Amino acid sequence: MAVSAVLGPKLPDLQYLKRLARDQLVHLLESLPGRKDLVIDPDLMTPLDRIAGASLLKQHGVDKIFKLERTKIHGGCDQLVYLVRSKLTTTKLIADQITADIRDARKRKYKIIMTPRRLQVCDMVLEHEGVFGLVSIEELHLDLIPLDRDLLSMELPQFFRDYFLHGDQTWLASIAKSLVNIQSLFGPIPNIYGQGRCAKMVADMVDMMMSELGERQSPIGCEIGHLFLIDRDVDYVTPLCTQVTYEGLLDDIFGIKSGSVEFGPDVTGTDKSIKIMLSGEDEVFRAIRDRHFSNVFGFLSAKAKELQTSYDKRHNLKSVQDMKQFVSEELSNLKKQHKALTLHIGACETITKNKSRGDFEEQMRTEHGLLEGVDVRECINFIEESINRQHSRTEVLRLLCMLSSTQGGLPSKDYKSLKTQFLQSYGTEHLLTLHNLKKLGLFVEQQAPDATANKLTDKMAAKLTDGMASLQLQLQLPKKSQFRAVSRKLNLIPKSAENFELRNPNDMAYVFSGAYAPLSCKLIEQVLQREGWTGVEDIAKLLPGDNFVHLKAKSAKGKASGSNPDSDKIVLVYFLGGCSYTEVSALRFLGKQKGYRFLVATTALVNGGRLIESVSGWK
Amino acid sequence: MAHVTGDWNPLGQVFYRKQEIYTLGWRDIDLDKFVVAAAPYGGPVALIRDETKLVRVQGSIRPVIYIYTSSGREISSIRWNSGHVIHLGWSCSEELLCVQEDGSVLVYDIFGQFKRTFSMGTEAKEMKVRDCRIFNSHQGTGLAVMTSSYRIFMVNNVDEPRIRRMADVPGLDAPPSSWVVISQDRQSRVLLARENDLYLLDHGGQYSRQLAPVSQQVEAYTEMAVSFNNKYLALFTNTGLLWIGSSDLERAYCEFDTKCPQRPKQLAWCGTGAIVGYWENILLMVGPGKDYVKYNVDSTVHLVPELDGLRILSNYSHEFLHKVPSVVECVFKIGSIEPGAMLYEASREFQNGSPKADEYIRMIQDRLTVAVDQCIQAAGCEHEPTTQRMLLRAASFGKCFLSDMNPEPFVRMCRTLRVLNSVRDFTIGIPLSCAQLEQLSMPVLIDRLVLRRQYPLAIRVCQYLKMPEAEGVSRILAHWACYKVQQTHVDDELIARSINEKLRDTPGISYSEIAAKAAECGRTELAIRLLEYEPKSAEQVPLLMKMGRDQLALAKAVDSGDTDLVYTVVMHLKEKLTLGDFLMTIRNLPTAQSLYLQYCKEQNREMLQDLYYQEDNFQESANCRVMDSYNETRMDERLRNLQQAQEAYTKARNEFAAKVTEEQVRLLKYQMRLEEELKRPYLDLSLHDTISQLTTEGNHKLAEQLRKEFKVPDKRFWWLKIQALAEGSDWAELDRFAKSKKSPIGYEPFIDVCLKHQNRYEANKYVGRIADTGKVKAYIKIGNLEQAAETALQQRNEEDLNLVLSKCTSSHRVLAEKINTMKAQLSSKK
Repeated sequence: MAVSAVLGPKLPDLQYLKRLARDQLVHLLESLPGRKDLVIDPDLMTPLDRIAGASLLKQHGVDKIFKLERTKIHGGCDQLVYLVRSKLTTTKLIADQITADIRDARKRKYKIIMTPRRLQVCDMVLEHEGVFGLVSIEELHLDLIPLDRDLLSMELPQFFRDYFLHGDQTWLASIAKSLVNIQSLFGPIPNIYGQGRCAKMVADMVDMMMSELGERQSPIGCEIGHLFLIDRDVDYVTPLCTQVTYEGLLDDIFGIKSGSVEFGPDVTGTDKSIKIMLSGEDEVFRAIRDRHFSNVFGFLSAKAKELQTSYDKRHNLKSVQDMKQFVSEELSNLKKQHKALTLHIGACETITKNKSRGDFEEQMRTEHGLLEGVDVRECINFIEESINRQHSRTEVLRLLCMLSSTQGGLPSKDYKSLKTQFLQSYGTEHLLTLHNLKKLGLFVEQQAPDATANKLTDKMAAKLTDGMASLQLQLQLPKKSQFRAVSRKLNLIPKSAENFELRNPNDMAYVFSGAYAPLSCKLIEQVLQREGWTGVEDIAKLLPGDNFVHLKAKSAKGKASGSNPDSDKIVLVYFLGGCSYTEVSALRFLGKQKGYRFLVATTALVNGGRLIESVSGWK
Repeated sequence: MAHVTGDWNPLGQVFYRKQEIYTLGWRDIDLDKFVVAAAPYGGPVALIRDETKLVRVQGSIRPVIYIYTSSGREISSIRWNSGHVIHLGWSCSEELLCVQEDGSVLVYDIFGQFKRTFSMGTEAKEMKVRDCRIFNSHQGTGLAVMTSSYRIFMVNNVDEPRIRRMADVPGLDAPPSSWVVISQDRQSRVLLARENDLYLLDHGGQYSRQLAPVSQQVEAYTEMAVSFNNKYLALFTNTGLLWIGSSDLERAYCEFDTKCPQRPKQLAWCGTGAIVGYWENILLMVGPGKDYVKYNVDSTVHLVPELDGLRILSNYSHEFLHKVPSVVECVFKIGSIEPGAMLYEASREFQNGSPKADEYIRMIQDRLTVAVDQCIQAAGCEHEPTTQRMLLRAASFGKCFLSDMNPEPFVRMCRTLRVLNSVRDFTIGIPLSCAQLEQLSMPVLIDRLVLRRQYPLAIRVCQYLKMPEAEGVSRILAHWACYKVQQTHVDDELIARSINEKLRDTPGISYSEIAAKAAECGRTELAIRLLEYEPKSAEQVPLLMKMGRDQLALAKAVDSGDTDLVYTVVMHLKEKLTLGDFLMTIRNLPTAQSLYLQYCKEQNREMLQDLYYQEDNFQESANCRVMDSYNETRMDERLRNLQQAQEAYTKARNEFAAKVTEEQVRLLKYQMRLEEELKRPYLDLSLHDTISQLTTEGNHKLAEQLRKEFKVPDKRFWWLKIQALAEGSDWAELDRFAKSKKSPIGYEPFIDVCLKHQNRYEANKYVGRIADTGKVKAYIKIGNLEQAAETALQQRNEEDLNLVLSKCTSSHRVLAEKINTMKAQLSSKK
């Protein structure tokens, strides 16, 4: 059978993006001739690995590589290249280092490469610190980094905090730019859907930037048929849930960084840690990444047996010719698979150990209870006990946020008592964390039922919080309480979680053990199916932000001659504020079910823990 | 029609021809009375009255500079009211350079509008300029002046004048006999003749005396001329000898005796193949083979050297003298048997309906491609459209017999000729030849049309040549619009509307550039109106700021969603306005304000507090104080910050937070006391951790005190204490605690903590206290399966029995059997 028939429509080759970024980086490095030291923003360390390895950097004159820290850089060459995210804090750090050099009467040449773009305000900081004249500043347009064949990430976890918490729109331009880049590589995307304020702003900016570019002389065919922009605040519940797909679990337990995961000694069985790249290129991983965890071990053992028989073939080799063929062709492949298999089995063991912890089951029960809205009182008790027993702070916060998000806020009494307990357990400084979560609408008090009180608190809220955020707060508070209604309308909770088919799932809810199907993905399914929001208006009304749709293909039904006939089945989903591996799995499942191929782009890959940590008021 | 070769004159092996390209449109102009400056590439002509000649002056005695097209149509005139003009010339971008006696150079455009001025240095100013040369350098248009002290100053590019002083010529105390600038190998040098000595000067301060190239004895080189491409040089001596050679004086081609010692009025190269000298009524053309042609002229003329020939301006006509290109020669030379000539004949016969056509074609059948090519090329060299047409017709006729001819050259030539003919038109007056256009390139030609404000023609050319809109039509429209906004007599509204009407759907138009132009002309209102059309905010904002429309700039920046722009404006405002005004301005724009807050958070905490205070934003102010408190190392500062936070929370009516901070202050003080007393670190532990640590360390009294003080709930306290005691392995105390009163959290946790610390013995103690429902599980936990089974049996709980059974492994075979019996027992009793 042809490969394309198995995979469905062909995905555009995302490696172009990588090549572009790499070439630009090389060009920037070469523009400063001679040896130089490279100082890298810690935030960029792992993403950079995806673009250019150390050997490539060395080839282009990089001598030593440092991490940007508060300390001075000793020794090294007299040319220094900083590669940083354009942020005030990093810029200040660089300025301090340069000032220190001046004090030591060290003469160096400095170049700062800012990514994803150069910011005026960073220039101002340098000016303010009196070092502007000493540095040359360049831009590296490093936006979406391909992590896999169908996964792109800006690797910008602070976006969630900056935009949703502080209302800082600085990164929006870069996000829009990334979409313009995608379109200039893979052709204009005819159908655009969106949900959320940020999505709307980004879409408008993309529109503007595209019109500035003007019409292309020779339109390349369009390879991507649909674009779906979705704000994270449309669906907070999904990333908050404990993940139970294999890849999700890897992320929750080991932490996946820019598509790589580091397995410690307990997994590898040796005393060394091994870092591996997780991608669809790895056959074993491709088969298990999206599976429910209960369904992974069986596969792995079957695979192990299969490998064994393949190995055994060597006993039956008759001629030298056969032997030669076996060694040259199959053996290396088998070995590779063998190695991968060992690691995954090791990882599974660690995961199982983790999950058989006493209260894990109880925690899952609580989560499912919250999602379904049953036995909420018991859930609250469990959370309270967790606080009292000083379970991990992030875990507790995650459950608190889940409680608030699913129940539409907490009754005043519970809210106060949980808050008090929390602060007593983890320290008063987390007053700020709680405040941030409230501002985001993640952990809030239920509105008093009577209207006057309602108005009053709204007014107060507006007074209390500044600018943008107040607007958000006003918009969100009433809407957030609607999780139950949305979940009913989108059919997120399957009728019976018992006896749910996890092995050969036919419902997206399998990604959460059959208890819940991700809201974001279900929403995308509905909108794609209807080619717009008609028919789902009542659901959209319950979600924060506005929705919009631009259909360009409708008007010109006769498709452009150059366009890929498959393009209509290729959907780019862009999560603004992060998405979880479970959502990626759910979309892959949806694709298989409905014949789409999804490309997922996101500002960062998150899980509940990282999402909460990123808005912690205390660092 | 006269035969094409009628005006051909042989010069050695080749032919030259002089063709009239225009009958000049100017009236009453006697070139004799004017100094003429004509730009190359068919550029404009500037005239100023020659002050060395006596004329009757009418009206003002102020001189006037007239600017004409090559066809003699007046473009503009400048009433000169500045200093004495020594020299006029044109730059390569067709700007008029007027060099004054004091060394200042005034630059005008062809419409006589002043553009800029620069000076040739103080020495030139003090010593006065006596002579000047304008030349093409590798960087653009260069200019060299000679002062009255015979020093030469040079700039290589009039757009970026950097003055260089050339080396002094030793002993030069009288005007040099002649001098020219030779620009070669990215360097401009001056060749200067002092009587019969030749010097080559460069700006490195070096000079070198050149060997006399002339074979005869001469007294002085009175005139010299460099060819258009700077490769060839002609020298004229006082003995009437004309020397032709390479510009580095290395090679001599010929020496020609003109028998006229009088200095020519003008000496100019005709392309690269011949040199033309102009004396009263005579033009003498000399080729490198000592051949010559003499033309008589009946009025004063002015010679304009071109790349491929020489233009001759006279009072009435404008002629082009050039070598007959070899392809043209091939086709038209009498008796030519070149394929091109045959094809041309064939085509003519064909048009006359004569069968001879076929004969001719047969004769050149195998060389038809060459023939067609020759006809196409020849068409390009012809000035007369009728001749062009006949040649093209011949080419097209020849093409019919060829199946695999590439049509591209033919089509391209037709296009080029069409453009050329349209710009050669009298009304436009740019007499470009094909070779010149090739050198100049099409975009430059379009620029020149734009420069002449021939916008419609320029646009039509672009459209005809199918140029991409961005570099063609829209650029022209933008220029048009820039010109339009300078028409100060037209109403703002009208201009804005007419510009928008024309430009509306053209891509790649930069409205901001047009607006900048308008602003330059002092039309701020119009500029703002135009900026409305600009889609790129990044372009709008800086201009608005420049025009002082800060409010508008800020609003636009905010609309754009580009925070970087907002920052730019905000910081600009901050510097410009007083603090109060600044804060008032940004408070109306939440985006700007929140950005500024972000900035302050990182850079200026003091200002942050001020901002919150102004906004009565006590909540944020308090949050900020809490943060500060934790960042502070000094204890009193920490407490002070927290207390301030508490006050702010109270003002924000956030009683909860106020209470929490108040408690935190108390806790901190308590922890300080503890540290003093117990000499151990307690600071920054949470309440829970503090109590827990105290318990672990056995300070139960202090822990109890804290518990009461902060009203720790029972459940929490029990959890805490159990864990802490187990942590400290204080099993006796744990036992005591368990017995102190009934546990609010049950007794399972006791077992759990014991097991956690691998103390099964202690765990055993608490099983008895567990409520019946949990007992079986507790036994299982501590690994006492037998007891678990017994208990389950007692409680008659089959489910629990099954649970125990499932925990049995192979080592528990006896027990498993026992359980099975128990199960049987149970079911039988039912």
